[in-house]
Amino acid sequence: MIRIENLTKSFGLKKAVDDLSFSVERGEVLGFLGPNGAGKSTTMRMITGFLPPTAGRISVGGHDVVEDALAAKRLMGYLPENAASYPDMSVEGFLGFAAELRGLNGDAKKKAVHRVVDLCFLGSVLHQQIDTLSKGYRHRTCLAQSLIHDPEVLIMDEPTDGLDPNQKHEVRNLIREMGKTKAVIFSTHILEEVGAACTRAIIIDRGRMVANGTPEELRNMSELAGAVTIAAQNADAAKLSALPEALRVEAIDGALRVYPKDKSASVALARSVMDLAGREGWRVDALRTEEGQLDEVFRRITLPDTVKK
Amino acid sequence: MKANSSVANIRAIAKRELSSYFTSPVAYVFLVIFLLLAGFFTFTVGSFFERGEASLSAFFAWHPWIYLVLVPAVGMRVWSEERRSGTMELLLTMPVNAWEAILAKFLASWAFLAIALALTFPIAITVNVLGDPDNGMIAAGYVGSFLLSGAYLAITCMTSALTRNQVIAFILSVVLCLFLILAGFNPVTDMMTRWANPALVEIVAAFSVITHFDGFQKGVIDTRDLFFFLSVIGFALFATSVIIRNHRAG
Ligand SMILES: Nc1ncnc2c1ncn2[C@@H]1O[C@H](COP(=O)(O)OP(=O)(O)OP(=O)(O)O)[C@@H](O)[C@H]1O
Ligand SMILES: [Mg+2]
Repeated sequence: MIRIENLTKSFGLKKAVDDLSFSVERGEVLGFLGPNGAGKSTTMRMITGFLPPTAGRISVGGHDVVEDALAAKRLMGYLPENAASYPDMSVEGFLGFAAELRGLNGDAKKKAVHRVVDLCFLGSVLHQQIDTLSKGYRHRTCLAQSLIHDPEVLIMDEPTDGLDPNQKHEVRNLIREMGKTKAVIFSTHILEEVGAACTRAIIIDRGRMVANGTPEELRNMSELAGAVTIAAQNADAAKLSALPEALRVEAIDGALRVYPKDKSASVALARSVMDLAGREGWRVDALRTEEGQLDEVFRRITLPDTVKK
Repeated sequence: MKANSSVANIRAIAKRELSSYFTSPVAYVFLVIFLLLAGFFTFTVGSFFERGEASLSAFFAWHPWIYLVLVPAVGMRVWSEERRSGTMELLLTMPVNAWEAILAKFLASWAFLAIALALTFPIAITVNVLGDPDNGMIAAGYVGSFLLSGAYLAITCMTSALTRNQVIAFILSVVLCLFLILAGFNPVTDMMTRWANPALVEIVAAFSVITHFDGFQKGVIDTRDLFFFLSVIGFALFATSVIIRNHRAG
């Protein structure tokens, strides 16, 4: 549905997005990660046709976003980063306006407004003027606007920003649900959302793609992935590191962590550690295989080289 | 289908824009100030009654000056507010062409100015009660005044697209409109003929709204004057679209 080839955007001399290529199909939810200023919003603004690319091509549903802008825009729903809306309008008026621009009128318009009001829990503020809404409700109003025409492609820039935990949960479910039938791209700084809602994630840093994979694959890039942590009295670090599967052993507050040589063979490592503990008669309090942690992966690949140790 | 959707888009945007004028008290304040100023200039400064003639020339003569401040005040927010609040991103990622949005916003503000102008009808009634004026002349005056406000407004839309700051947009448009007045304002043209080629002065004056507004006040609707105002509007709106495109190009 969304195809991006060698996309580049320069602001003056500065490249905000640098030679980015990826595609998203129907049924996929792509998480878009990266530190502040990485170029996430800029990329989304180009996909939605607000900013023209400096170089490269974007097509949405087979329509080139620059050449055939209207056809591409019709397919997309967009939640911009600041979730802007017209402060002097009521929620209902604003959603009606969005529906009209999407070509919905009369009954179709009423139905569409009702649908998104239910979807985004806006029933209680329907007639309230937008500038008197709380931040979360304003955000949800703009979210509702992006869903009004039940688009095939959804582009959302930090959709859970400013929402309370319950609403965050609802919105993630919504995204996952919609991802079944649509192509969705959303950006976020909350890494749990990647596991909770995405089928795939991309990390960009200073405009370049630095990682692309399923949440699982990204987590496995973590050093920690597949490590076995054992908390046992009289455990012996030297014996653990002598295991054939062990790469190295690290002491962490009262426990020992064994890193595997081969991350995919973490089960074998766990077995050997258990066998060793049994043979040596250690009293094991806890033993677990570590999952990779996205924030560690994120930090490792996006920190500037000067900060990296 | 294509033409239909353009019309529908323009209608939707214009409707939103016009109703946003009336949801804020500023619109009513503006209407009151406009009517007070129009009345003040006509009856006091323009000595409407003392003239002893049944015409509205005392009324229309002041319009280029009244509009000079009031039209930029109405139009300054048109684009700068969209830029400041970020709704421009929302609007221009909807399936609408930029020119549709530009035209719709212009038409909505122009309609607002038309409402203000229409509310001056008691003055037209007054002259009809007091005397026997040439109503054709009055109608021509209204047409000219409407076009004049459109020209100022289009210029304000253009400056408003330039900046997210409404005050800057206001000042820029006042300066530009002032230039359009002064190029053909008699005291200025008289002064210029003293040290410039009269032919040159005439060319400069041809760009002035005063020169072209004159005919309407005299009751003459000249196609050249019509053409002048419409091309100022067309040019300024075209410039607006270029500015908006370049702004997005970064
Ligand atoms: N209109 C602009 N003019 C100049 N530079 C810009 C413009 N818009 C964005 N940039 C620059 O491009 C870079 C990428 O910005 P962008 O907003 O895409 O980052 P982001 O990944 O969305 O960050 P965040 O997580 O903070 O939202 C930044 O360095 C920013 O300063
Ligand atoms: Mg951003």
